[in-house]
Amino acid sequence: MKKKEVPQDKSNLASANFRELCYAVDENGEYTTENSSGWEPKTVALNNAIEEINERITDAKNRVIAGKTSPIEYYMELHKMDVGILASYVGFWQWKVKRHFKPSVFKKLSTKTLNKYAEVFEISVEELKSMSLKA
Amino acid sequence: MKPETIINFTHHQAAHCENGVVSNLMKHNGFIVSEPMVFGIGSGLLFCYIPLLKVNHAPVITYRALPGHIFKKFAKRTGVKMKREKFSNPKDAKARLDENLEKNNPVGLQVGVYNLLYFPDEYRFHFNAHNMVVYGKKDNRYLISDPVMEDVTSLSEKELEKVRFAKGAFAPKGHMYYPIAFPEKLELETAIVKGIKDTCKVMLAPIPIVGVKGIHKIAGLIRKWPKQKGIKAANHYLGQVVRMQEEIGTGGGGFRYIYAAFLQESGKLLGNEKLSELSKEMTEIGDLWRDFALEASRIYKNRSAQTDSYNKVADQLDHIADLEKIFFKKLKKAI
Repeated sequence: MKKKEVPQDKSNLASANFRELCYAVDENGEYTTENSSGWEPKTVALNNAIEEINERITDAKNRVIAGKTSPIEYYMELHKMDVGILASYVGFWQWKVKRHFKPSVFKKLSTKTLNKYAEVFEISVEELKSMSLKA
Repeated sequence: MKPETIINFTHHQAAHCENGVVSNLMKHNGFIVSEPMVFGIGSGLLFCYIPLLKVNHAPVITYRALPGHIFKKFAKRTGVKMKREKFSNPKDAKARLDENLEKNNPVGLQVGVYNLLYFPDEYRFHFNAHNMVVYGKKDNRYLISDPVMEDVTSLSEKELEKVRFAKGAFAPKGHMYYPIAFPEKLELETAIVKGIKDTCKVMLAPIPIVGVKGIHKIAGLIRKWPKQKGIKAANHYLGQVVRMQEEIGTGGGGFRYIYAAFLQESGKLLGNEKLSELSKEMTEIGDLWRDFALEASRIYKNRSAQTDSYNKVADQLDHIADLEKIFFKKLKKAI
């Protein structure tokens, strides 16, 4: 890649006001660095990934409303987590977290357990429990 | 701790966080070592498909060595002694950090990205192998030199604790590191040779998921994805391949350009013409990786469903793999 070919496309980097560093060669074939504001092929890839996450969040939300899963799964998706990541944050086995997705099990969870989830999601236990009402 | 401790530390932006922290800490201690030099000596270049693991619900491939490895190998090969510490308790982690800052010692930290508030929201994923330098504290905020950022920034005590104790794969556990002893003179020459040999060995390894063979493996998977997983998933997977290759930190072309810069610098240092020639070749291979990304993006952008287009990008990867096979054989002979 030549220095003058380093792409300067619009990207999500602008929101944090920074440009990333790329390596490229100058007119004499010497390696140098150049800042890039973004490159469309990867911006599209990132946007698609975000869209995919948003779909998962909406889907989880609908399933909470339909009584098919607990708000824990919704908040997990909202925080871009999967079961493995959430399990390591709350300190439970993965199968236990999955069990807590069951609305019937969720209803009977102790405040102590709910508190663990609420802390990770940075919300109150009340918010965690009332998520379905809010939606 | 004093209300204000600011170490005279110069922030240099880097493409990749791990190289950047090492390069910046070396410069702080009076040794001018460029980012590509750290990357090359630390054998950072790689291609590896990690089966079974999924990140963001898509397969994972990596274009670089495991987190921490570049650093470890660089230190070992140049004879720099590093102190590394992990903590089970955030309080101890904070105390040790403050202690070092008081002693005028800037330290490297491994952190999770998800709670790094100065990153754009879209980039905040649960990735735990990010690196930064802390060089002081002012008004209860830690002063941060994050190598991928253009400028320095800061984090509150609570914010820093959160990223130091992020959970999930590669959980940092407060991981802190800094150089404690240096050789009288850095013997870069021997370190360069060791670094190159190691990279050639890995890229040509007879393991189906690693190096040149790994690239062929991914090409094969891309051909199968549309039929096996459906167009939607195939496009999502392909997007993730491109992101791993081009995301912040790679310097472009899946680290191939940084590696070419390393070969050029090494060629001059060792007086080895062949390395300079090979640097040009690596740049061309980097351009082909960029072409692959561009072509792949056309597929997931238009959500086009022709199996043909997947075969076409897979062909591009097979071609790159063939070229890299020849390239690393030549590189092995050149030193």
